[in-house]
Amino acid sequence: MALKGNLKDFNVTQLFNLVNLARKTGALTIEGRDKRAEVCFKDGRLVYASLNGQAPGLIGLLEKAGKISPEQSSMIRARSTTSADKELGLLLLNAGYVTQDDIVRSIRDHTLDVVYLLFTWTDGSFTFEPNKLPSEGTITIPINLENIIMEGSRRVKEYEMLQDELPDLDLALKFTERPDARLRGINLTGEEWRVVSFINPRNTIRQIAKANSMSDFKMRRIVYGLLSAGLVELVIPEGPKTIVTATEVAAPPPVKRSLILRLIDKVKRM
Amino acid sequence: MQMQTVKIVVTGPFNAGKTEFISSISEIEVVSTEQKITDGAHVVKARTTVAMDFGRITVDDDLVLYLFGTPGQKRFDFMWDILSEGMLGFVVLVDSARPETFREAKMILDRFRKYSPTPYVIAANKQDAEDAWPPEDLRIALRAPSNTKVLSCVATDRQSVKNVLLELLHSILE
Repeated sequence: MALKGNLKDFNVTQLFNLVNLARKTGALTIEGRDKRAEVCFKDGRLVYASLNGQAPGLIGLLEKAGKISPEQSSMIRARSTTSADKELGLLLLNAGYVTQDDIVRSIRDHTLDVVYLLFTWTDGSFTFEPNKLPSEGTITIPINLENIIMEGSRRVKEYEMLQDELPDLDLALKFTERPDARLRGINLTGEEWRVVSFINPRNTIRQIAKANSMSDFKMRRIVYGLLSAGLVELVIPEGPKTIVTATEVAAPPPVKRSLILRLIDKVKRM
Repeated sequence: MQMQTVKIVVTGPFNAGKTEFISSISEIEVVSTEQKITDGAHVVKARTTVAMDFGRITVDDDLVLYLFGTPGQKRFDFMWDILSEGMLGFVVLVDSARPETFREAKMILDRFRKYSPTPYVIAANKQDAEDAWPPEDLRIALRAPSNTKVLSCVATDRQSVKNVLLELLHSILE
């Protein structure tokens, strides 16, 4: 019988604890407004995770991890006769494109990315269906839950801090005009460079995250680092507005220059 | 001729000095809606603004500038978007001697910048306090863009408040 509930009453940490202690096998589905995640467990260990029904597949994960190039990815997709990850994995190994470790790491990293994001979800309904597992051709990497629970809890705190520091992802970024701030000589990771390459007052942080297939958490972490290093500044996005929020209020009516000059004169005389 | 009214908003964290700022320059006694503080914040000060402060500067027969101070406590932030509607610009007042409020000041600044693309200045208040952070250090702490004016301020000093308002008005002119 499926377990059902709401994250407000029983949060992700408690759910994972339950799965871990009861050594459960099955699929946990969490659904909230505009979001959905499916996580599978076998004998109390995490084996699979997908977000919003988007399973990127082995080729997508290897490309995202930089293990194969976009060109290789397109070529493999065009030539392969199977879409099952296990068969694709064997083909790639035999062809010498990747190692077994590349495959394991890419899948593991993706699974952990999805799961750690879940720890930041505070609302939504969940269903746990016992004995439901991913389809036959999916590669599953069993991961112990104890460390995930510890790391997830730590990330919740970090997430809350980043949320405070960088609450608005609809702002854009621009390089600081400080003359002593230079990107040259600073060690950036591949992901940071990908973000840096999109920095432009026209691109919102949210758009950059989407373009790089990054979670909000990861994006906030990178932007926070760039802001703290004084390399970038937050700015209102330029150009045509693409995002309109409910809290946005009417712009002031155009004010005549002469009116401001009268105000300046008055304040000076006070 | 019809009287024209324009509005400048003075915002900032709790106890940043917004009421004093408006009081220093307003030609009328500030219409304040302060209440006794009932939560833990009372150790910082005894009264706080729950809806707004309201000051006035009459320029002439047909032009009046209103100064609106926002409530500093976060639970009254629903007032912020109401007060900021149609503003000419805004002043973010920060208590330079209380770095524990800088994060909130930055959050308020980001939120007001999002409301409306109006000019603003940051006033580094309480510069007469012994442990006040200098305006340039405050700029870094608030991650204010390099072209944002971060001004030294003592909200109880009329001349200092005048200077902040003049800088804001010049920014509006630019």
